[in-house]
Amino acid sequence: MSLLEIKNLTAKLADEDKQILNGLNLTVEKGQVAAIMGPNGSGKSTLSYVLAGREDYEVTDGEALLDGENILELSPDERAAKGLFLAFQYPIEIPGVGQMTFLKAAVNAQRRKNGLDDMPTPEFMKLVNGRAKELGISPDMLRRSVNVGFSGGEKKRNEILQMALLQPKLAILDETDSGLDIDALKIVADGVNAMRSPDRGFVVITHYQRLLDYIKPDVVHVLSAGRIIKTGGPDLALELEAKGYADIVGKAA
Amino acid sequence: MPAVQETVEQVRAIDIDQYKYGFSTDIEMELAPKGLSEDIVRYISARKNEPAWMLEWRLDAYRRWLTMREPDWARVDYPQIDFQDMYYYAAPKSNAAPKSLDEIDPAILETYKKLGIPLREQEILAGVAPENRIAVDAVFDSVSVVTTFKEELKKSGVIFSSISEALHEHPELVKKYIGSVVPTTDNYYATLNAAVFSDGSFVYIPPGVRCPMELSTYFRINEQKTGQFERTLIIADKGSYVSYLEGCTAPMRDENQLHAAVVELIAHDDAEIKYSTVQNWYPGDSQGKGGIYNFVTKRGDCRGARSKISWTQVETGSAITWKYPSCILRGDDSQGEFYSIAVSNGAQQVDSGTKMIHLGKNTRSRIISKGISAGRSQNTYRGLVSAHRRATNAKNFTNCDSLLIGNACGAHTVPYIESKTASAVFEHEATTSKVSEDQMFYCMQRGLTQEEAIALIVNGFVKDVLQQLPMEFMVEAQKLIAISLEGSVG
Repeated sequence: MSLLEIKNLTAKLADEDKQILNGLNLTVEKGQVAAIMGPNGSGKSTLSYVLAGREDYEVTDGEALLDGENILELSPDERAAKGLFLAFQYPIEIPGVGQMTFLKAAVNAQRRKNGLDDMPTPEFMKLVNGRAKELGISPDMLRRSVNVGFSGGEKKRNEILQMALLQPKLAILDETDSGLDIDALKIVADGVNAMRSPDRGFVVITHYQRLLDYIKPDVVHVLSAGRIIKTGGPDLALELEAKGYADIVGKAA
Repeated sequence: MPAVQETVEQVRAIDIDQYKYGFSTDIEMELAPKGLSEDIVRYISARKNEPAWMLEWRLDAYRRWLTMREPDWARVDYPQIDFQDMYYYAAPKSNAAPKSLDEIDPAILETYKKLGIPLREQEILAGVAPENRIAVDAVFDSVSVVTTFKEELKKSGVIFSSISEALHEHPELVKKYIGSVVPTTDNYYATLNAAVFSDGSFVYIPPGVRCPMELSTYFRINEQKTGQFERTLIIADKGSYVSYLEGCTAPMRDENQLHAAVVELIAHDDAEIKYSTVQNWYPGDSQGKGGIYNFVTKRGDCRGARSKISWTQVETGSAITWKYPSCILRGDDSQGEFYSIAVSNGAQQVDSGTKMIHLGKNTRSRIISKGISAGRSQNTYRGLVSAHRRATNAKNFTNCDSLLIGNACGAHTVPYIESKTASAVFEHEATTSKVSEDQMFYCMQRGLTQEEAIALIVNGFVKDVLQQLPMEFMVEAQKLIAISLEGSVG
């Protein structure tokens, strides 16, 4: 069974008529890193939001199976507990809520939904401190409010920290490279690579080949006008970088 | 998304009627005849065996009250109150001056136990470190049923009793201070209270004493059609310190019940009073039926130099809240603080804030107010900061933040600032924000349910104020806020 199987997914913004995803088909296997590339407005972020269950979108047709189960009827928190993680393109600030409080609430909410007891605090602290160190997240950052006053790079590293703590089955990285300098990019990529495993799949959404130099994809999909129009190996990303999207998009149309 | 839509519907269906303390206790009560008249005032005074001067004081207030008009400047809306259609005195029959807990009706003890307020000192002592002990005055409808740890407090000279008892045992103190901060002529509800107040707590901390434990009063309205008019008087003599907590609940009833209390605090030179309230009166149902009208006058007088009074309130209950705990900064270098969290949901209406009256030199005040509105509720902060001519170098910092949940509620901020001295420095900051869909989605994507996400975001919003509460109550207050906001999303 595939880890993620999207069949004929059609979706639009809830309060608009225009379809953004137009019968999208995509399969991600366990252990696979699938890159999704595409021009602006092709539906990349919509895909990540629809999979994670954001309310502003309405699915008009199709299904998305995570481990064989259609997740489109589940609330966002239920999808999260089933192992779906979205690293946000623009991580959200929550003033007054300490990082530790937030991380602990997330870890325990998922544990409870999966029938586990809350993680004991000492164990949790050890876990967070260990992962934070690997990602170059300072103790000071852990004491601040969630994403408040974080630089762009810090916010992205914070997303990866959350991913590392929650150990999802499927991680969707929505333009995680945007706004990162090369050093931050390497740290983020190392964090992702460290989590690659035969049971876990990644969907890496990006505009640019650059990120894929550090996170080597197994497969590259090109998204255009709400549909996957081409699939290939890592070379496809290089080709796109060299020629631009117009060529491929033009051929498909 | 259909799934999310369904969740929202479900959450909506759990309306706000989840009030945990809505049970009532079936107990035989002694009620004064319904309605209000001079005879009722005399009746209450007689029931309490009061000295003649107290009766005169009450009658004065009553006559004055007859000439006054109900205030209508607050941003709250409710039908005319029929003051003749309620009882002004209700006492458990079996409670004729109990000498010990064993003489108290077990039904009352059971009530407080259910509310999580143990009254038996042995039960409190079991497993509680001495520094975490709390002495409680339990007020049931119109009377104080018991005050715990009195003997132990007496050892350090602290007087903690019901005000009725204090009238007999320390009449000179009561006479000296009662009405000295909130005069009988103060306002409609305070004047009414002066005429018919039935009980409340009395605290006196002698000079130089740091009260060895937290003091608290737990108010419970049980009887139907009964108003609760309690009066609390706290005096901190020179160089003393006391921390006091007030809690309140009431059964769920379809009718509206009136709670018009008066609290007076007096801090002498170098004394400090910290007064915390967790107000959880029955708020009415989601349609606005029933609930308590909480019309309360609370005022602290920083009478002495370098004295300090600090109000902290967590307001989650009541159908209508009309309440402005204030500080008169009379002593030079005195300080006043007001930390408030006011949560409104369903059809609740809150008009609350504070007054900081700077009279002395170098007086300082600080106001942190966090209003959270959900459902169809209306939440108003109303505050006055003023500096008298003499109040040179007066300083105030005010921060009013409002958080809106959903699209049907309202938040309003009405600050009044008056300064008659050029050297005063008053700062005012205010923000209004909404719990954003982005924040909700972010939290839920990490596994938190809708309710958990709201609670987390709101608790972040009120953190600065929660930190002011005594440690033991911080967690309680956090939970209470979460419960009050259940069903607020949708």
